[in-house]
Amino acid sequence: MTAHRARTAANNGALPARRLPKCPTGIQGLDEITGGGLPRGRPTLLCGNPGCGKTLLAVEFLVRGAVTFGEPGVLMCFEETAAELEANVASLGFDLPGLVRRKKIVIDHVRVERSEIQETGEYDLEGLFVRLNHAIDSIGANRVVLDTIEGLFAALPNESILRAELRRLFRWLKDKGVTTIITAERGRDQLTRKGLEEYVSDCVILLDHRVHERIATRHLRVVKYRGSLHGTNEYPFLIGDDGLSVLPITSLALDHPVSNERISSGIALLDTMLDGRGFYRGSSILLAGTPGTGKTSVAAGFVQAAARRGDRALFFAFEESPNQILRNMRSIGMNLAPPVESGVLRFHAARPTLYGLEMHLATMFKEIAAFRPDVVVVDPINSLLAAGSESETRAMVTRLIDSLKAQQITSLFTSLTIEGGPLQQSEIIISSLMDTWLLLQNIEGDGERNRGLYVLKSRGMAHSNQIREFLISSRGIDLVDAYVAPGGMLVGAARAAQTAREKAAAERKHSAVERQIATLLADYEAEEQEAASVHGNGSRERRRRP
Amino acid sequence: MTVMKPAKAERRASAPGRSKSAFWELRLYVAGQTPRSLTAFANLTQICEDHLKGRYRIQVVDLVVRPKLSRGDQILAIPTLVRRLPEPVRKIIGDLSDTERVLVGLDLRPPPAA
Repeated sequence: MTAHRARTAANNGALPARRLPKCPTGIQGLDEITGGGLPRGRPTLLCGNPGCGKTLLAVEFLVRGAVTFGEPGVLMCFEETAAELEANVASLGFDLPGLVRRKKIVIDHVRVERSEIQETGEYDLEGLFVRLNHAIDSIGANRVVLDTIEGLFAALPNESILRAELRRLFRWLKDKGVTTIITAERGRDQLTRKGLEEYVSDCVILLDHRVHERIATRHLRVVKYRGSLHGTNEYPFLIGDDGLSVLPITSLALDHPVSNERISSGIALLDTMLDGRGFYRGSSILLAGTPGTGKTSVAAGFVQAAARRGDRALFFAFEESPNQILRNMRSIGMNLAPPVESGVLRFHAARPTLYGLEMHLATMFKEIAAFRPDVVVVDPINSLLAAGSESETRAMVTRLIDSLKAQQITSLFTSLTIEGGPLQQSEIIISSLMDTWLLLQNIEGDGERNRGLYVLKSRGMAHSNQIREFLISSRGIDLVDAYVAPGGMLVGAARAAQTAREKAAAERKHSAVERQIATLLADYEAEEQEAASVHGNGSRERRRRP
Repeated sequence: MTVMKPAKAERRASAPGRSKSAFWELRLYVAGQTPRSLTAFANLTQICEDHLKGRYRIQVVDLVVRPKLSRGDQILAIPTLVRRLPEPVRKIIGDLSDTERVLVGLDLRPPPAA
């Protein structure tokens, strides 16, 4: 269904004549959701609660238009002054004063004081029209932002005149052919406080800022887009240091390319378990395990092998600092410092609680786009799963994995599970997205605790069904062939004892045989001697006989 | 019609010796010669002649001709009458048909008791 829709959209792309002309916003992800941007030459209503990023989105629309698309813009603000606005958006790296100087953007601050205005008789808002028209014509603007026009309701007492004039204004903007964003405050039981959605009906975008379990997330939803397909979901978005980005940046279609190439897991015996050749390139791998089973070590072995192959590897560490990982891996004979220094391995460490889920994902997307890795490790993925509600995380992780697969990046996610308990909910959520699922387990018995590794599933290959004992020593990671005894699988000391027992038994058998051989040899020698003596006597007898 | 010249139609009537020394400097913003603008101008001159004879000056600004001027006085509504002097600046929007309110706006009459 989704794939079909995506295809229909693609077909539409081939027929530009039938498509509504769009005005690209240049905002990451928003153009993907809206299928190319806002309706060109028409007004778009952008509504949301205070502090949800309306003004920033609108300003970015203008700045990107002026910088990237060569479309000058007019910003008419009714609340903030030009200086305030310039200061506010400077943190996003937007150089408004420079654009104003180069006549790419005009900022007009409309200030109306209710207290200085007395109303007598009929009037209209022609002054605003003249002013806007002048601003548009002075730089040949294609884009206009009115932020927040509802400010007029507080300033002008006669609401019926105002409403009629706003209707005329939006009509006029449409006739003028400028692409407009009109921002408005979110109303209690309608989209906007003053019901502006009644006048602006081409495209309505709703921004929202919600706090879920103390983590605030901004969402964007295209409520309405006349004459165009659009993503209808709520998409998380965030305000980064280079503007807004709406997630996802990935498509919903399941049509990413697949590779037959196989890459090593970094552990020779694990490769043997996986059909003898390791993971598929571009597949996603879940490495689940109870605490202390060596998940990070396996992940480190994986990136080390990648670096040796010459693949670029990106390691997202959510629990340990990169230095700590380097130190710990050195203790098991893995030196990750050279690949880090040569730039093929990169660590990105962050505390999971620092941001919300979408912030993590956006940072990850950004890192991935900048570093262009072949291999990505997320250690552990639980931190991401804990950062949002179940449906949210599932959607987000799906998008992350989709995006990685589309780029043919092999991804390894470690996941912490609770010992002895049933599978974590988190694993149930994501396991279906994974191509290979490895499980590390503690095997307890005979007063000790040993690690075992097995392949729970691995799509597209005949994988081993055995549990291997998993050893971490100062020489690195190693797997030991399963030792199956009549009493079950033997690991650790039991395996050693059994080996010793068997060795002893073999030695016993050996010495018994040797003893037997010795006895036989002695017997033989005795017989020989006897035979010799008998023979000697015989000869004498024979000699005597003739 | 002639006083509605786009640039400046000034009318200065100086009559010294009046009770108040204050001088009313008024600016009427219009956009083209619409009937509403003409009504406003007519109403304004009438009120001024009746109450401020000799102590006022009216400047008419047509924003269609001089759109830049809309920014300075923060003009949105048309017609807008701005009382530039005496301070503080007051704005009266509309066609000035309600004489009582115009007088209140111009500080020629105290506002009706609340």
